[in-house]
Amino acid sequence: MPRSRSRNQSRFRIGTGAFGLILIGIVFAIGIVLTVESLASMRRFGWDFWRTDVWDPVAGEFGALPFIWGTLYSAVLALIMATPVALGIAIFVSELSPAALRQPLVFLTELLAAIPSIVYGLWGIFVLVPAVRALESATPAALRALPLFSGPPLGLGMLSAGLVLAVMVVPFMSSVSREVLRSVPVGQREGAYALGATRFEAIRAVVFYARTGIIGAIMLGFGRALGETMAVAMVIGNNPRVSLSLFAPQYTMAAVIANEFTEAADELYLSALVEIGLVLFVITLLVNTLSRLLIWSMNRSRRRVTTRKPAAVTA
Amino acid sequence: MTSTRRRKALSAMVMACCAGSVLLALVPLGFVLFFVVSQGIRSINLAFFTHLPLPVGEPGGGMANAIVGTLIVSGLAAAMAVPIGVLSGIYMAEYAGTRLAGLMRFAADTLNGVPSIVIGLFAYVVAVLPFKQFSALAGGFALGVMMIPIIARTTEQLLLLVPGAIRDGALALGATRARAVFGVVVPAALPGIVTGIVLALARIAGETAPLMFTAFNNRFFSTSLKQPISTLTVQVFTYATGPYEDWHRQAWAGALVLVSIVLGCSLLARLATRRLERMHTRS
Repeated sequence: MPRSRSRNQSRFRIGTGAFGLILIGIVFAIGIVLTVESLASMRRFGWDFWRTDVWDPVAGEFGALPFIWGTLYSAVLALIMATPVALGIAIFVSELSPAALRQPLVFLTELLAAIPSIVYGLWGIFVLVPAVRALESATPAALRALPLFSGPPLGLGMLSAGLVLAVMVVPFMSSVSREVLRSVPVGQREGAYALGATRFEAIRAVVFYARTGIIGAIMLGFGRALGETMAVAMVIGNNPRVSLSLFAPQYTMAAVIANEFTEAADELYLSALVEIGLVLFVITLLVNTLSRLLIWSMNRSRRRVTTRKPAAVTA
Repeated sequence: MTSTRRRKALSAMVMACCAGSVLLALVPLGFVLFFVVSQGIRSINLAFFTHLPLPVGEPGGGMANAIVGTLIVSGLAAAMAVPIGVLSGIYMAEYAGTRLAGLMRFAADTLNGVPSIVIGLFAYVVAVLPFKQFSALAGGFALGVMMIPIIARTTEQLLLLVPGAIRDGALALGATRARAVFGVVVPAALPGIVTGIVLALARIAGETAPLMFTAFNNRFFSTSLKQPISTLTVQVFTYATGPYEDWHRQAWAGALVLVSIVLGCSLLARLATRRLERMHTRS
């Protein structure tokens, strides 16, 4: 009897563990499969692939610099716009909001996160882009002389992409930083108030205490923005050119895969696109891992008994 | 005294900024919902649900095939992701301290952060290339891969919520670990797990990028798993980026259907979790 029991135990462990191994295996498989498929492009172009900026599939020239540039530019732009707003929301919800308002606000921000990317893209094309175009046309000529605002007012371009991305990243970033703020011990706030701090000063102490986790939350948002595909592909203008201008149509790594993959006729073209995907995979992996480490290290340094909530489908 | 007043004024200003940023974030939400609903309602009609797309340039027609396609592809994804996700979630909760569980958790979080377009590439190489054929199965595979980590993490968190005493009681009565988990712990957490699955379904049903070169698209009505299949999201993308006025109209209608699905699921889940929370606090 004891023997069959322990065999049962291990069978249960192996049975469920096997499915967990599938989960781990998928992550490895993605890395391996993408590497194998991009070998042709790696062999042909080497590092030049990431240093040259001519993307001419017809002539067989593949330089991916414009895509890296566009991806980083749009994500950083989105982050600059989204971070203050997301932090403001997180602080409001966790520190200031009346209890009755908290749940509805959390629900609304989660709703914002749940709207499909394609819907943001549709809205971007038909509502945001015309508005941005009007804004660009109204920009005074003196400003237009700057490289940051040069080029014709098309609407489709980096500014629209940054705006759409910011809207999409805010709810995600604010919900992660809200969790981070929640994990700050009450003593920190009470201590600040006891010393005669104003509300802002107390909150500053809380935010300072949570700084590692908040940086982690911002980086998680950055990772999201890097990989966002459809909405960006629909509003960025899809032009593989490195430009500093917010008004210029540009391109991102995710968008070029989405737009050109089904049209890629020859082996090398496909391989080049897969290599872009591989690098995107590696970059997001690094960014996400680093940010999780930051959040984790903060939670570990001061673990507190918090009541967990069911159905925490926040990510 | 003046410095105190200045500090208070600064404090009030910052508080106002925080409240302002909440409003600022709600503006785009309001805008998106307003346009989707107003444009969508104007465009939606019975034909949208019952007719097939008409040939290029002809106004009218609908997305019946795409609606069915989205259901099929999401169903396939769930069929693949629910067993893998739930069982690995059980492992992570049952053997929480082990190194393997930690690795699984890390893999799930990693997979969750992988851009959906990259998942699409992966699915293309694994499920399209060998068969030289875009298919509903490949689309379901891509979405399934995205769904697994969500379900796994939700299941894990919900199982950890179940009071340890319930499980210990089952074990004390002589149940094996498997019996205790499947007979007692999982049923206790089941409503929450189902809610999590519904939310995960809502999320992947709105995905476009992983489907573009796996399920591809199909102008005709198809329920074959081995054929390319149309989905709402890809169809909305095709129509939104196309040149015809009538296509744009239908794209808005498709967006309205998508948003209604997401909204409906979120509301349902919200209600369900609230009931669950009440149950937990009572016990």
